[in-house]
Amino acid sequence: MSTFTIARLTFLEAARRKILLAALLLGLLFLIIYGLGFHFLIVETEKSVGNNNLLQLNEIRNFLLMAGMFVVNFLTSIMIVLTSVDTLSGEISSGTIQTLASKPIRRWEIVMGKWLGFAGMLTLYLLLMGGGVMVIVFLRTGYTAPHPLRALELIWLNALVLLSFSILGGTTLSTLANGVLVFGLYGIAFLGGWIEQIGSFLPNQAASHTAVNIGIITSLIMPSEALWKRAAHELQSPLVAALGFSPFSSAYYPSLLMVVYAALYTVITLTLAVLLFNQRDL
Amino acid sequence: MPFTAPPIETRNLCKEFGDKVAVADLTLTVEPGEVFGFLGPNGAGKTTAVKMLLNLISPTSGEGRLFGAPLDDPGIRARVGFLPEHFRFHDWLRADEFLALHADLYHMPHDQTRQRIPELLDLVGLTAHTNKKLREFSKGMLQRIGLAQALLNKPELVILDEPTSGLDPVGRRLVRDIIRDLRQHGTTVFLNSHFLSEVEITCDRVAFIKHGKVIRTSTLNELMVGELSVEVRAHNLNSEIISGLHRWCGEVRVDGENLSLTLLVEANLATINRYLVEQGVEVYSFSPQQVSLEDLFIQIIGTDGEL
Repeated sequence: MSTFTIARLTFLEAARRKILLAALLLGLLFLIIYGLGFHFLIVETEKSVGNNNLLQLNEIRNFLLMAGMFVVNFLTSIMIVLTSVDTLSGEISSGTIQTLASKPIRRWEIVMGKWLGFAGMLTLYLLLMGGGVMVIVFLRTGYTAPHPLRALELIWLNALVLLSFSILGGTTLSTLANGVLVFGLYGIAFLGGWIEQIGSFLPNQAASHTAVNIGIITSLIMPSEALWKRAAHELQSPLVAALGFSPFSSAYYPSLLMVVYAALYTVITLTLAVLLFNQRDL
Repeated sequence: MPFTAPPIETRNLCKEFGDKVAVADLTLTVEPGEVFGFLGPNGAGKTTAVKMLLNLISPTSGEGRLFGAPLDDPGIRARVGFLPEHFRFHDWLRADEFLALHADLYHMPHDQTRQRIPELLDLVGLTAHTNKKLREFSKGMLQRIGLAQALLNKPELVILDEPTSGLDPVGRRLVRDIIRDLRQHGTTVFLNSHFLSEVEITCDRVAFIKHGKVIRTSTLNELMVGELSVEVRAHNLNSEIISGLHRWCGEVRVDGENLSLTLLVEANLATINRYLVEQGVEVYSFSPQQVSLEDLFIQIIGTDGEL
């Protein structure tokens, strides 16, 4: 099937252009530094709170795990947009698309093939990075987060949302305009998420409501940050969750409905990408 | 005999980009097995027309068919090979990988691909560069590999958009030979070109396009028929003999021992030759001149250059 041929080509391109190698080497470097940092911080913590104070130790372990996962989520988001933002618009502007699209292939097979190729790459990347952080924490301390798999799934969905959007933009926009659009939306979602989180603590009821609403609206426009907030909730230790405040999560976390919305958002974005690419003069 | 649909058939095909009309009203039929030349000045809409045939661009109005199937039927392109004008390929692929990729897109069985790739690399003279990345290819080599790509599936219709623009004379001869070979095997070729000498040598029929409209379609033989001119170099000419030539010739010009004649009937060539000899004229050379396609092109398209 042509979809898989295009997916394979997408993989091969990333490999040939040394994108896979760079991501792998820097990923490993990240894990090494994270592992060293984690080790030294844990050693210091154990000295100050004592080996037996499991409650406090676990809070620290959880905090460091969350910090690692926060960076993994951020890196996965950036990587997937950077690598996919050029995939359609670049081939259209260079003209390489013409020999592909003039074959007995349907336009949707090109779109889905590329999507599938990048989805495969980001899955591997996320497994390496997110899995790596979790394994490091476990091997060093035996600690595991409450719901590590659910968290990984949510980060994965976040990356798929961004990937689909950057593919959609590539069907009509130039590479640069597409990059500006996707990162712009990502930034807005990020900002909205923080306004919601901080605003929810405001003593003024009305202001607090407004802040939460801003967060909801931005997460409807681009659900990426909402998915991270829920992923963070799945990782959060029960104690901090009950307290309701940490740098990475809040008492208010997006409901399951938001996850369903994000999944639908991905499907609709991709459908739109196929429709627009069908009409596109190449 | 079963009805075979023409490889290319378009009716009132039209493409507008905003308020710019690229192809105004394209109606043409290309018959099976013919080499069809599509001629016109730069910007006349040739490439847009070709892209519509391959569904790369969707027409604003009008309709087209390949082998009887609508242009947006992807299956029909399994029978078509295409070399785009601005041949840009995935240059991080090796020559053999590039061909294998496109063979996959043609859904060719793998054992067939394995056999076809060396065959084609040999045909376009790139066997020595099988394992080289396309990034290291020269423009001419890219055009050759692009041509190989267009022939992978042994297509029944090959569409070539300016196939020789990047090639040196050796490469051009190669393309010409390939086209000739394709015709011998009954393949239909649609050749977009402004290299008139090439069209003159290879094509059976040509269409002239200007302002996105076909302004004349004709077989090459028909085009070349018309006024014939002869250049004669001879001794012992006199005015009596020369005026006797007016029986067959429209125009007679004399310049020393050089005679330029124009005539309408080719059969009169032999008569004129015999007449001169019988009159005691020593004929050193007697050469009929073909009107070149270039002259016709200028005649039909005009020299205004305004597009």
